[in-house]
Amino acid sequence: MIEFYLNDQPIRTSEAPASALLDFVRYHEQLKGTKIGCREGDCGACTVLVGELSADGQTVNYQSMTSCLTPLGNAQGKHIVTVEGINAAGNQLTPVQKAIVDEGGSQCGFCTVGFVMSLTGHSLSSAPATEKSTIAAIDGNICRCTGYKSLERAAAKLTAELEQRPAENALAWLSEKQFVPGYFAEIPAQLAKLKPAANGTEASAATIAASATAHANDGSVSTSPNGHAQNQNDHGHTNPAPFTHALLGGGTDLLVQRLEELREQPGVRLIFDQPGRRGIRHETTGRVVLGAATTASQLLESDLMRGLLPNLPQYLKLVSSTPIRNMGTVAGNFINGSPIGDLTIMFLALGASITLLDAAGATRELALPDLYLGYKKLAKAADEQVIEISFPAPQAGDFFHFEKVSKRTHLDIASVNSAAWLRVENGIIQAARVSAGGVGPVPLYLARTSAFLQGRELTAETVSAANEVMQSEISPISDVRGTSDYKRLLLRQLLWAHFLEFAPELAVDELI
Amino acid sequence: MNHLDPHRHVRGESQYLDDVPVQQGTLYAAVFESPLAHGVLHSLDFSAALAAPGVARVLTAADIPGENQIGGIVPDEPLLAEGHVHFRGQPVALVLARTEAQAHAALKLIKVEIDPLPIITDPRVAAAQGEFIVPPRTFKLGDSEAAWASCAHVFEGVAENGGQEHLYIETQGAYAFPTEMGGVRMISSTQGPTAVQRHTAVVLGLGMHQVEVDVTRLGGGFGGKEDQATPWGALAALGAFITKKPVKLVLDRMADMRMTGKRHPYSSDFKIGFDADLKIVAYEVEFYQNAGAAADLSPAVMERTLFHATNAYFVPNVTATAYSCRTNLPPNTAFRGFGGPQGMFVIESALAKAAEELGVPTHELQRRNLLREGDLFSYRQAAEGCHAEQAWDTAAAAFDLAAIRAEVAQFNQTHKLRKKGFAVMPICFGISFTKTPMNQTRALVHIYSDGSVGISTGAVEMGQGVNTKIALVAARTLGISVNRIKVETTNTTRVANTSPSAASATADLNGKATEMACQALRERLLRHAETEYTLNYEGLEIRDEQVLAAGVPADTNWEKLVSSAFWKRVALTENAHYATPGLHFDATVNQGHPFAYHVYGTALTTVTVDCLRGTYTVDALQIAHDFGQSFNEIIDRGQIEGGAVQGIGWMTMEEVAYNAEGRLLSNSLNSYKIPDIYAAPKVLDVHFLDTPGHPKAVLRSKAVGEPPLMYGIGTYFALRDAVRAFQGHTALPFSAPMTPEKVLVSLYPAFVTESSVAATTAN
Repeated sequence: MIEFYLNDQPIRTSEAPASALLDFVRYHEQLKGTKIGCREGDCGACTVLVGELSADGQTVNYQSMTSCLTPLGNAQGKHIVTVEGINAAGNQLTPVQKAIVDEGGSQCGFCTVGFVMSLTGHSLSSAPATEKSTIAAIDGNICRCTGYKSLERAAAKLTAELEQRPAENALAWLSEKQFVPGYFAEIPAQLAKLKPAANGTEASAATIAASATAHANDGSVSTSPNGHAQNQNDHGHTNPAPFTHALLGGGTDLLVQRLEELREQPGVRLIFDQPGRRGIRHETTGRVVLGAATTASQLLESDLMRGLLPNLPQYLKLVSSTPIRNMGTVAGNFINGSPIGDLTIMFLALGASITLLDAAGATRELALPDLYLGYKKLAKAADEQVIEISFPAPQAGDFFHFEKVSKRTHLDIASVNSAAWLRVENGIIQAARVSAGGVGPVPLYLARTSAFLQGRELTAETVSAANEVMQSEISPISDVRGTSDYKRLLLRQLLWAHFLEFAPELAVDELI
Repeated sequence: MNHLDPHRHVRGESQYLDDVPVQQGTLYAAVFESPLAHGVLHSLDFSAALAAPGVARVLTAADIPGENQIGGIVPDEPLLAEGHVHFRGQPVALVLARTEAQAHAALKLIKVEIDPLPIITDPRVAAAQGEFIVPPRTFKLGDSEAAWASCAHVFEGVAENGGQEHLYIETQGAYAFPTEMGGVRMISSTQGPTAVQRHTAVVLGLGMHQVEVDVTRLGGGFGGKEDQATPWGALAALGAFITKKPVKLVLDRMADMRMTGKRHPYSSDFKIGFDADLKIVAYEVEFYQNAGAAADLSPAVMERTLFHATNAYFVPNVTATAYSCRTNLPPNTAFRGFGGPQGMFVIESALAKAAEELGVPTHELQRRNLLREGDLFSYRQAAEGCHAEQAWDTAAAAFDLAAIRAEVAQFNQTHKLRKKGFAVMPICFGISFTKTPMNQTRALVHIYSDGSVGISTGAVEMGQGVNTKIALVAARTLGISVNRIKVETTNTTRVANTSPSAASATADLNGKATEMACQALRERLLRHAETEYTLNYEGLEIRDEQVLAAGVPADTNWEKLVSSAFWKRVALTENAHYATPGLHFDATVNQGHPFAYHVYGTALTTVTVDCLRGTYTVDALQIAHDFGQSFNEIIDRGQIEGGAVQGIGWMTMEEVAYNAEGRLLSNSLNSYKIPDIYAAPKVLDVHFLDTPGHPKAVLRSKAVGEPPLMYGIGTYFALRDAVRAFQGHTALPFSAPMTPEKVLVSLYPAFVTESSVAATTAN
């Protein structure tokens, strides 16, 4: 039985936990304001708000999510808000709705509710609203009438209004200004009565294992923040083996790839809100440890991660979109095994390893590069699941950089992506880790290139020579994301981009 | 005043096809499609599907009671494949089941045997084999062949443009209900209700009066639902007709992308000649249109390519020939601009080529050759009310063309790995259906006895704001508040024999018909007032709902007048017919006066290319546009901005890709990218040109739907300009879209050559 609040109504349902929240909302509850555009998290027409009770039990934190990829079971204990749940009585418009209408930001209207929900979510956020952050809130919403300039004008209007929002007791202000109806004030108390989903106590690996019994995943299960089946060759979906131990996280890959199958699958285990699966900590050993179900948004917002990798937020802005980042998990990105998984590429260069837990409760650690045996083939038993990810914290002065080029800069899958970590002393590269995606059947840790760089001078000649090594280490193929020639050229450019970022003084004449 | 619909849109209360409450007993349909692009349909075994849970029927061509034919211009398109299959995704059978999931599950159980035949995906290959949809057409003015000798400069080249997926966010669909009369009523997401009605009647073997099509609104159309809503409407109707149950058919996104046609890719050859003053003397062009496997609208699209082959330029000697080439792809179809953009891209390529070879800025060639009042188009219509130079000069002055150029040059001097590019894109687009008989429609206006007004026309609302414009026209004509007016759904039983909402002409045609109906009603009401209140008819008017006699308020207002007219048995309903006057075109000689008027404009585009990564941004798109006398600037601005960004998408990231087997590779939103908010130009200025409009435009407000799309073409040439600033080589092909891949490969041509050589050697 899944229990949650849908707008102002309590819901108890025995629908399949792995079914899509979108279908429940539209066809079970007949709330037709939420639209179906693509069913793969790429258009945002089905955006809803998902509110989670904060640790203090006093407030609810709302995030936008695409309901097409949200497993119904992940709604447990939460407040799901559709447009019907924010509409004011008497045909009045909320300030978000009014701004869009006034600025002509709605043409055919099919995508409009998605924009309304994303902007309403932004209004409910505790972060201050800036021109940039308001636009970022709608980075997952596509408008094919391409009314973006009017939507920008509406966003600007809204940003100005939100500047008045007090830091304390914002909800009362939002309610008074009719951003949301009054019932929102009652929601924390209502959610507190429901079985909690996420805010349980930390569970040890052993507890998880005990409860897991035979459940774990079969190697093709879990999620990625990219929201897609990222087939390396992109030659259509492969026919994966049937589930033996279905494990479902944020849903951003599995609900695209295997929704029908999951819906029929008994015993699907939801791990998105499982205690102990989230969080980021810096251990005394110097390693940073992440729970497997940590989302891309949590990485982006983590002060710890920002402190270690100051440019991480800007890299993560290139990874899918706000709603998908709110759902997709780091381990999901790894396990999906996509050769161009953005997070995987970043963590390869960070020197990450994963902790795998088997059905018997035993754990083992695996260096991330060793997880990938071949295209979507993982060095992981069917009953093993990722529980943690760790990497050595970069030291002050270390260089880390991520590059990604895709047809569209945002909310797109890379043609090629690459990350590099360097430690340079006195102009000599002491250590290096370079990774690249989209240039082989798996996300590649470029071991030979990395080894080649070690001990060499930081010069243009070194970069050129490293490129020669790198070119022999990759095997891109031509597909919908580019020809193999292009991918080779692009990776050369991205290698240069890493070095120019680190040492802008490097002569580029050689490149030109 | 705002567009009326958005109030409902933002509250999620607007009803689209899939939002219609489902009737009990509804069957859900799913389409079984051809897995091969070309072949002989050998056998079809759906016995397992029929036995699957929930499946009620599986329908094939054999179940069609009427004629298995839905071709609009050429009868070459079966509703369900019969004998042969001609493209991947061609509908072969229809599964009807109790749930959508059951219908889709059953598709996997159908077995089909097809003997493969050779597959053509390239229009030039099709042309070489004589595979034409219709005979080639040539538009000719002067004598280009004789003119070459007098040219000081002649340049030749090839230009290629890709397709474009419509990607209306609402996918195709229809919901059909059997009627007690033995016919079918349906709700269809179509731009052309009459087309759906006509073809469904043919398929079912019924009179058109037995098929009713109703449309509330579309979640985007862009041309993709002009003709290609028909198969889904006809299939749902077939299911409802046969099973006597409601049948709902909604395509999922990937099925929609696989099964429907797109904007036509073209491959074209051009030759252009100039005199010593760089005036164009002659232009020859051959267009190879990739039509796909059936005619659909391709012949009409091809014709408009010819109409717009010289864009906004005067060319005294033109020979433009177009071939509509049959390939084994889904039939390509209408898409905002309707062949015009493809024609314009080629002459812009020719001008760019000439400018690059001559070493002069392209915009100098463009400006020198703009159309002037009275200049003839190749089809012998003269440019009347020509604003080409005005648009250009206004844009150049308002946005300071010289300063932009200087800034670009300065930037490029000081930056090694980033380059800016600049281009000007003038446009000239003809308004009217080029098939003259289609320029007609009707409006049915009811004034209810309480003074409220209901209007039915042939216009379909799909975000372009046509219903709002119609309501405004009625309010203005009747002298009443727009709040009294309701624009009804578009329904074939209220307004019959309509043209699709297309060709940018919807507001003009239906607005004019509405205006005529309202004028007649107003006159009738005032005649009634004359006798009822003994007023002098001369000088009687209704303004702000008050009846005025020679400017003085009379003892009656709108509500009272309507009520008294009703009780005096005055007809409060009017049905007006509007057919654009003065149009004629002889397609045998390709001459005439096909357009009511032309729309002009000029856009300046500035881009920055990251020459390390091949990525780019559109920094500014600055437009001076000829709206005529806009009566709703919010809607009109939205059309210009939206159309231009859609055009930028076509020229940059939108890449439709098929493999050699005719399988769509760009088959979902993750592999086919359209602009997001960050891809829109940072600056997008729209200057409303001061032009008088045109009497054939509704309230002198010119059509705005398609023309702005072509401003996007400037982005291609601005990117090319930036690439050339980096490399300076001239060997760049003219090939759109200019994806980041094409940019990078153009920036570093040696890398690809070397690596190809290396690959060849290695093999």
